[in-house]
Amino acid sequence: MNTIWALAKIVVLEMIRRKDFYVLFILTVLLTGMAGSVNLFNDHSIVRYLKEICLLLIWVASLVIAITCTARQIPMEREQRTIFPLLAKPVTRAQFLLGKFLGCWVATGLALLVFYLFFGVVSASREQHWPVLNYLQAGFLHWLMLGIVIAATLLGSIVFAAPSSNGTICFVCVAGILLLGRHLNKVALGLAEPLQSLLYGIYFVIPHLELFDVRDLITHNWDLIPGGVMALAILYAATYTAFLLTAAWLVFRRRPLN
Amino acid sequence: METLTIDNLRVEYRSRAVGDPVKTAVRGLNLRVAQGEVFGFLGPNGAGKTSTMNVLLGFVPPTSGTARLFGVDVREPIARQRIGYLPEQTYYYKFLTAEELLRFYAEIFQIPKAERTQRIDAVLKLVELDHARTRQIKTYSKGMQQRAGLAQALINNPDLLILDEPTSGLDPIGRMKVREIIQRLKSEGKTVFFSSHELGEVETVCDRIAILHQGELKTEGRVSDLLRQHGANLEQIFLKIIGHPLQP
Repeated sequence: MNTIWALAKIVVLEMIRRKDFYVLFILTVLLTGMAGSVNLFNDHSIVRYLKEICLLLIWVASLVIAITCTARQIPMEREQRTIFPLLAKPVTRAQFLLGKFLGCWVATGLALLVFYLFFGVVSASREQHWPVLNYLQAGFLHWLMLGIVIAATLLGSIVFAAPSSNGTICFVCVAGILLLGRHLNKVALGLAEPLQSLLYGIYFVIPHLELFDVRDLITHNWDLIPGGVMALAILYAATYTAFLLTAAWLVFRRRPLN
Repeated sequence: METLTIDNLRVEYRSRAVGDPVKTAVRGLNLRVAQGEVFGFLGPNGAGKTSTMNVLLGFVPPTSGTARLFGVDVREPIARQRIGYLPEQTYYYKFLTAEELLRFYAEIFQIPKAERTQRIDAVLKLVELDHARTRQIKTYSKGMQQRAGLAQALINNPDLLILDEPTSGLDPIGRMKVREIIQRLKSEGKTVFFSSHELGEVETVCDRIAILHQGELKTEGRVSDLLRQHGANLEQIFLKIIGHPLQP
């Protein structure tokens, strides 16, 4: 575990010292600030729109951070040849992958924390209340979802050599799942065989990332999600993450390093 | 006691293209390196030196044969616990300082916290990077980066150092410093296994050498014995063994 944690810390340090996160955060602040400065007909429901815009920006920014940070990890290690002195030490390839995963997940989690703090400040400034538990639940589910995305991107970074192609493919897949994933079964109903079975197959195989999207919970101040549902969500995310990481390890363990 | 043992090692690379022949990088290599020796691993480009080193470091699995470090098969990660490795081109995490880089590698080796700082201080002093320890590696000159590489190779106080062309691309002062460090390690009883094209340097620091050509071991022995046997310097011996016509 020490080795995995040592590797993870390097990834976190890299994110702190790169400008990506700061640029995305400033962009989110500016866009939210601009949206907040508009006051249409003194309408109080404008607060909800502002919260929706802010959360959408946070979701987009977090996906950009998670995918770009993960997609460059292994290709950069190979391109800059830092992987050689590292794997010449008592580090297994499984530890290397787990370290990279943990680092990207923790780094993205820290970024999420800053983003949700900002959201809390924006929300509290307009509504004068701060439902911390709801924020924590939404943020935690968001982070679980990013775990699946990071594991998938890590697998992609071993299959596709270029970080840009991997990043683009991951963005398209994640956006596709988030926007269309829940509708695939309904679309399948109207199709003829074998397309129907194929689409059903895809529906049951893909990780339903949209299940982790509980933005409405904090936009509309709904009640907390029950503990049992949260436990199921954790199990669901852990299963997909473990499956994707195992697939990444199976591909990576026999792959030549150069 | 033998630190490094290679028996009938064969390394082949299969091409992904159908119909392309299998490339044999190393053919039936047998090698023994004893504790405390400085061993020069020589050969022209493409001779199979890097492939052999890649097997020793666990980067490439041998097609057949075995390689052992301290009696442990190189396929076991624990075999690398007592070695230090300096690659030919040294690239490290440039956003880290030398001190952070060494702390990271020390954690990988699970060096106890109390000992960690002492080790970092000692190796930084040894490679003369003490003054630049808090500067990010991206601000270092090539020579300084090479010395940072040497520092990371020494962080675990290894019993065997594997150096892949350690002086490549360095200026004469940089080369002299690396040579001094190798000689100092030798005096401490460490085993050094290194590849180099600088034959004058090899002649100065090595106890024994092996010359590889087209994946085969052409000769192996003590430097002093080879020089006496051939009545020539190491460069002339090397050219003769690989079948290159000597200049008049």
